[in-house]
Amino acid sequence: MAEVKLHGFWASPFSHRVIWALKIKGVDYEYIEEDLSNKSELLLKYNPVYKKIPVLVHGGKPIPESLIILEYIEETWPENPLLPTNPYEKAMARFWIQFGVDKGPIFRAFFLSTGGEEQEKAAKDFLEVLKTIEEQALGDKKFFGGDTINLVDISYGYLAYWFKNVEEVIGIKLLEPSTLPRLSQWVQNFIEVPVIKESIPDRDKLLAYTRRIREKLVAEQLKK
Amino acid sequence: MNINLDFNYKSIKPFIFICFHFGILALVFSLIVHRLSQTRKDALIGSLSLITIRLTVDARPTATLIEFSNMEEVKLIGMWLSPYSYRVIWALKLKGIAYEYIEEDLSNKSPLLLHSNPVQKKIPVLIHGGKPICESSVILEYIEEIWPQNSLLPSDPYERAIARFWIKFADDKSPSISNIYRTSGEEQEKAVKDSLEMLKTIEEHGLVGEKKFFGGDKISMVDMAFGAVAHWLGVIEDVAGLKIFEQHKFPRLNSWIQNFKEVPIIKENLPDRDKMLALLKRRREMLLASE
Repeated sequence: MAEVKLHGFWASPFSHRVIWALKIKGVDYEYIEEDLSNKSELLLKYNPVYKKIPVLVHGGKPIPESLIILEYIEETWPENPLLPTNPYEKAMARFWIQFGVDKGPIFRAFFLSTGGEEQEKAAKDFLEVLKTIEEQALGDKKFFGGDTINLVDISYGYLAYWFKNVEEVIGIKLLEPSTLPRLSQWVQNFIEVPVIKESIPDRDKLLAYTRRIREKLVAEQLKK
Repeated sequence: MNINLDFNYKSIKPFIFICFHFGILALVFSLIVHRLSQTRKDALIGSLSLITIRLTVDARPTATLIEFSNMEEVKLIGMWLSPYSYRVIWALKLKGIAYEYIEEDLSNKSPLLLHSNPVQKKIPVLIHGGKPICESSVILEYIEEIWPQNSLLPSDPYERAIARFWIKFADDKSPSISNIYRTSGEEQEKAVKDSLEMLKTIEEHGLVGEKKFFGGDKISMVDMAFGAVAHWLGVIEDVAGLKIFEQHKFPRLNSWIQNFKEVPIIKENLPDRDKMLALLKRRREMLLASE
């Protein structure tokens, strides 16, 4: 069995996605924490195009990009499947994962909004995204994957813990039972899943990090 | 106990009749198949294999006994200018899949499009047996799974991951190319810079080794994802009056473009250059006037 290594970053939800998938599949792996302010030679060698984590290295062969890593994990370790076997349903799952990617800029705009009309619009836009996800992707299911979590749940996983910190730092609550009852329930169910529960970083530590990273990114944005 | 072992010729007559005619049919069928083009033969073999697999291996309790899913009607809602639309056309044609093409007027979206893709309201949309699939990369993965003949992805999981990486890269970076004709001033400068970076990355990391295509000797989904670079970029350069792709600076990419455009299915299925030029020029004028 070839060696599995994961280059990640403790606070990154993209890194967490891969950890969840590996744990669900029962794959043994070595975790390597990367210092993003001082990227290792190895990381730059493994992901020369984007220079980012996470990177999964299987038998010495690197795979970057969290969603691509997830598909690779699904194909290489088929036990405890994380995608439907029916091709049409699989396409629907991939559509919703891609939807999350497409709306990334809307999340970013909300995360980096500083106030006034710009922030109001950013919040409104992201709330619309969440409403679509709740209504069309989740519906009345317990998880996006039905009775158990799948890659769609994993891809939206950041909403269940990372996003709470974003709301706290900005001071605007979007994802709550009064506005998004089903998605809020999904949040509760998702963080109770044992693999997820044991892998989420310490709340206070992550909140502090969220505040720091936001300040840094807002400052960068102002310079442009 | 008396067991009647008499050979009853009369009862066997219909049986012989049926066998004889079945034999004739089999002969005629094999003569027809023999004359089919290779892609049609592949499509037929693909269909028959899939039926056999479904009958013997498919253990889903809710599945119907015989699923002719890959023989159900295929429709594609597309737009003649869109490289994303073409990715799907190329994939369908390379696999010999018959489909009905529906041209969409994006300035006046049809009820069919809005019904099939209510979330994004975008093309392309593949409709297979009445069920819509949206997002070009999702559509291509679906096509690959339902019609495995003339595969468009490597079979090795690691190679597949690398292929998907490049497809994602193309999806992420290609919008810079269209931004070149859609913007002016600083915004356009950024679009040009981003496009050049994209070309440089492909040259340095994507096409390493003397490969004919991104995946080796055969065309794959990755090549199709970079279709915009192969054909659309040249037209956009003309619209904007800028030279971005200099052949001598990107020798590998240049070879790839030649190889890609020589593949018959690609060559025969590209939007008309003059038509594109005229329309994009008009669009640019309108966009800049409204600023």
